[in-house]
Amino acid sequence: MDVELNHYLFVGAVLFVSGIVCMATKRNAIGVLMGVELVLNGANVNFVAFSRYTPLGIDGQIVSLFVIVLAAAEAAVALAIALSFYNNHLTIDVDRGDELQG
Amino acid sequence: MTGERFLFLLFALATCGGALGVVISQNVVRMAFSLVIALGSTSGLFFLLHADFVAATQLLIYVGGTLVLLIFGIMLTASGPYVRIKTSPADLFLAAGVGFLVLFMIVGTVMDVDWEQASIKLTGRAIAEKPIGYNELGQGNTARTIALGLIGSRPDKDLGQPAEKGLSTGYLLPFEIVSVHLLVVLIGAAYLARARRRVDSSADS
Repeated sequence: MDVELNHYLFVGAVLFVSGIVCMATKRNAIGVLMGVELVLNGANVNFVAFSRYTPLGIDGQIVSLFVIVLAAAEAAVALAIALSFYNNHLTIDVDRGDELQG
Repeated sequence: MTGERFLFLLFALATCGGALGVVISQNVVRMAFSLVIALGSTSGLFFLLHADFVAATQLLIYVGGTLVLLIFGIMLTASGPYVRIKTSPADLFLAAGVGFLVLFMIVGTVMDVDWEQASIKLTGRAIAEKPIGYNELGQGNTARTIALGLIGSRPDKDLGQPAEKGLSTGYLLPFEIVSVHLLVVLIGAAYLARARRRVDSSADS
């Protein structure tokens, strides 16, 4: 049995589900950010695996480069928001940010 | 056991273990360390997939940049030593159940799809065929192809094709959009940090 497409897709699925669970359960805002990074990495694994194992060619790798750049930008903004949140609430617990509820 | 299979098992286990470590651990610093393992092993998987440029970029930007940013965030928002932010066990149990269900759903769907038929239906080519313009010598040497695609020309698709087919378009416009987006995002992040300091000084006085 050789390494084939389904194995990489399985690794991508594990990364994706871990990220989703991480986003849903962590109460630390930085933890939520880590969950987002995991989800984007799962998508990247899928893109590169399809680029290797199907006739699509190099396009999947280019899209995964875009995903990496957007993840870096997203981390910068989310970190600025987390710092602002910490300065206003003196905690990083996302359950405390409930001023906007009706 | 071939070398590729051994390396794949190693990197895949490290990736999944790192991801599970991020989920299970309750300590933010340990979560960051598990994330380093997961992202670094993912770059190893990219090397195995002959995507050397993406793998190097993953190491440089993710492991070298984004994670350092995250660790700075952890340091700057550290709570007191006795303040622990924990998820309740009921929430963890529920999330684990839902997570396993979603995982089984995704894996079942992936196993059900016949990639051979899907590839023929979508691209008109069998899955075993090499991509257009593929040559064995260029395998794994993707930096030049990616760079040409990003500045808007696709010699990997156009060389050897009939002339009346026209030229393929590259990714010049998305590349420019993403660079402007990065600039705007960094200005916005700097503005957020600056606004925070102004609020502080007015609160102190």
